[in-house]
Amino acid sequence: MIRARLSLAAFAFLSVLAFSGVAQAVKPDEMLADPALEARARALSEGLRCMVCQNQSIDESDADLARDLRILVRERLKAGDTDEQVVDYLVSRYGEFVLLKPRFEARNALLWGAPALLLLAGGIFVFRASRKRRAGEASGLTEQEKAALEALLKRE
Amino acid sequence: MVEIGHFALVLALALALVQMIVPLVGARVASAPMMAVAGPVAVTGFALTALSFAALATAYALSDFSVASVWENSHSLQPLIYKITGTWGNHEGSMLLWVLILTFFGALVAVFGTNLPATLKANVLAVQGAIGTAFFLFILITSNPFARLSPAPIEGRDLNPILQDFGLAVHPPLLYLGYVGFSVCFSFSVAALIEGRIDAAWARWVRPWTLVAWIFLTGGIAMGSYWAYYELGWGGFWFWDPVENASFMPWLAGTALLHSAIVMEKRSALKIWTLLLAILTFSLSLLGTFLVRSGVLTSVHAFASDPTRGVFILAILMLFIGGSLALFALRASTLTAGGLFQPISREGALVLNNLFLTTATATVLIGTLYPLAIEALSADKISVGAPFFNLTFAPLMVPLLVLVPFGPLLAWKRGDILAAAQRLMAAFAMALLAALATLLFIDGASVLAALGAGLAFWLICGALTDLAVKSGFGNVGPAVAARRLVGLPRSIFGTAIAHLGLGLTLLGMVGTLCFGSERILSMHPGETVEIAGRTLRFEGLYPARGPNYTEERGRFVLLGANGAPLTEVVSAKRLYPVRQTTTTEAGIRTIGFSQLYVSLGDQAEDGSVVVRAWWKPLVTLIWGGGLVMMAGGTLSLMDRRLRVGAPARRRGRTAAAAGVPS
Repeated sequence: MIRARLSLAAFAFLSVLAFSGVAQAVKPDEMLADPALEARARALSEGLRCMVCQNQSIDESDADLARDLRILVRERLKAGDTDEQVVDYLVSRYGEFVLLKPRFEARNALLWGAPALLLLAGGIFVFRASRKRRAGEASGLTEQEKAALEALLKRE
Repeated sequence: MVEIGHFALVLALALALVQMIVPLVGARVASAPMMAVAGPVAVTGFALTALSFAALATAYALSDFSVASVWENSHSLQPLIYKITGTWGNHEGSMLLWVLILTFFGALVAVFGTNLPATLKANVLAVQGAIGTAFFLFILITSNPFARLSPAPIEGRDLNPILQDFGLAVHPPLLYLGYVGFSVCFSFSVAALIEGRIDAAWARWVRPWTLVAWIFLTGGIAMGSYWAYYELGWGGFWFWDPVENASFMPWLAGTALLHSAIVMEKRSALKIWTLLLAILTFSLSLLGTFLVRSGVLTSVHAFASDPTRGVFILAILMLFIGGSLALFALRASTLTAGGLFQPISREGALVLNNLFLTTATATVLIGTLYPLAIEALSADKISVGAPFFNLTFAPLMVPLLVLVPFGPLLAWKRGDILAAAQRLMAAFAMALLAALATLLFIDGASVLAALGAGLAFWLICGALTDLAVKSGFGNVGPAVAARRLVGLPRSIFGTAIAHLGLGLTLLGMVGTLCFGSERILSMHPGETVEIAGRTLRFEGLYPARGPNYTEERGRFVLLGANGAPLTEVVSAKRLYPVRQTTTTEAGIRTIGFSQLYVSLGDQAEDGSVVVRAWWKPLVTLIWGGGLVMMAGGTLSLMDRRLRVGAPARRRGRTAAAAGVPS
């Protein structure tokens, strides 16, 4: 089956393997006949954690549970569920731990908001520091020193 | 012999204690003899630690199974190289490697720091001694590699098969040289805070150490990525695994530190940034050590560990991070104001650089630690995996990468952004061309892929523009410019080449992620599959034996467009009987900068085998770019102006004769 990686943003980096060291785990007999559905299944699998493994998605784990979940995802997709519904179904059974991408909800606000917030805060801080610096530069000389400077320059 | 190693370790601890206390006191009371103790003690401490490490390595090499660590991680049938490298393939041994490198850097400071003022040197070595004391105590109390077993077992339990690879010889030592190397920057910062004096000269002394640590860390991370790529069976190169993040965060902070130190050296500005970054980078290294060894996070890298270790390291963490930050708070008022600069200037660009890099570091940190926080607060378990990091890290990096070519072209103190932009027109045109070519001529290219390719070319051409501008191409005749190019200071080459390496890495990532193809199917011997315009024919499975494993080799032949055989590709599944583990050795063929990656799957009853094949365009550029970055850093290190330990007056400075402002 032909798979060309289409979009940088859609690609999820695959997690590291457990000690079994076996290769990526989707087997030909699991794959769906419809390439579009199969692509959706693969994309969803990459975002679902294998819960008996050490930090792997079900797409690359060789564990039996991972295989069961892969088949489950494909069955739900064949039954006509949307991506959202498949994910909700799995979360209702296994909890949020199964999602590799945390949900956009109030509890994770700090997580998702952190980059933008930090950038903003840092930017404001840097901006104000540069303002202070320039203000300092402007008032660096007293009147006496300015007069002395003028005199020196005139002597040139 | 093992007991000699053990005793040497205890002696090293004693020396570290001396190194921590005596020079520190000596610097306070201005006693030259006490301060002079630091150097010899540091060197001897390193010698003792090296002896200890050699003793452990010898025990491994000789397969002395009466040592518990050797029994757990070695086997008599292993090839010698894995016996020796297995010394650090476990928690205890790798901690010993950690302190070995720590004392090594302390000894280097003692030997090469002859130009440092006595008080600074004493304080730096004292802080190194303090770190050493903490970790020697940790090793001796909780993770002693020299624990014995009685009666001695006849055979060991074999090293984890994934680790039985050349990568183990390269990746951990490089990585440790990297992030333990940042301990020197940390020591310099704390020493400067203790003394209450920090200035451009200090930045000049710190910069070579930062460069060295950064170079090694880049190499360590690149090697780790490459190892995971070929070892783990499907060619992924980065997984946002917590332990990978633990090494990536010091790299990001270390990059910011490197650039910050440049500003401090040239313009005496950004003192607070530099100090804090130096403290932050090593703190992140310590944090990484904690994460890996405390069992707090699930990861394949995590060493088997018990809570006492975690608590001990946590205490060390709080002591050093808390202590250094408290010291900073106390002493920050004594910092004199630095050079002034306009927002649009090289300093300004580097401030932005710092801002983006530290935000990225913080994002990765928050993502890595968030599950822990949630679990501690609400007993719920959530996952923060690769999708989160991709969505947050990549958008942060893009604006920074766009800015990179501008930085070297802006002048210090007051830069002309329009002039810089004008000079970068050619680079921009190339980038645009690359993006358009990608969009128009490559099948299946998305807009994001085109933008990625454009950004990569922007970086590459921007780096070349930097060199061209500094040589005066376009202003003077080509012969003159060529001569000036050759005479440029090495640090300018270093900058350009390092930024070029960054562009290459980005290009490799874009190629692999966006333009690769994958085939997953069952094959019988003789069947073929089309991939990337070529045909792969499966020849069959053949059994083979290794020293401590048996394997089933799958032979494939790659046929060219006309059907003629080009080359053979072999992928194997190995069984290591001692640990009852299977690994898959991928068959990889490099064609140009790209690679064909073939991985054998399971065998089915009907004699067919699951085969997975990938075509990964430009993938070697990912690590090639890392090597180029290391080369750039090395060039910078070899700059004559940096080799002087202290800014000394020299007659007829030849470096300045090139007449090029840097």
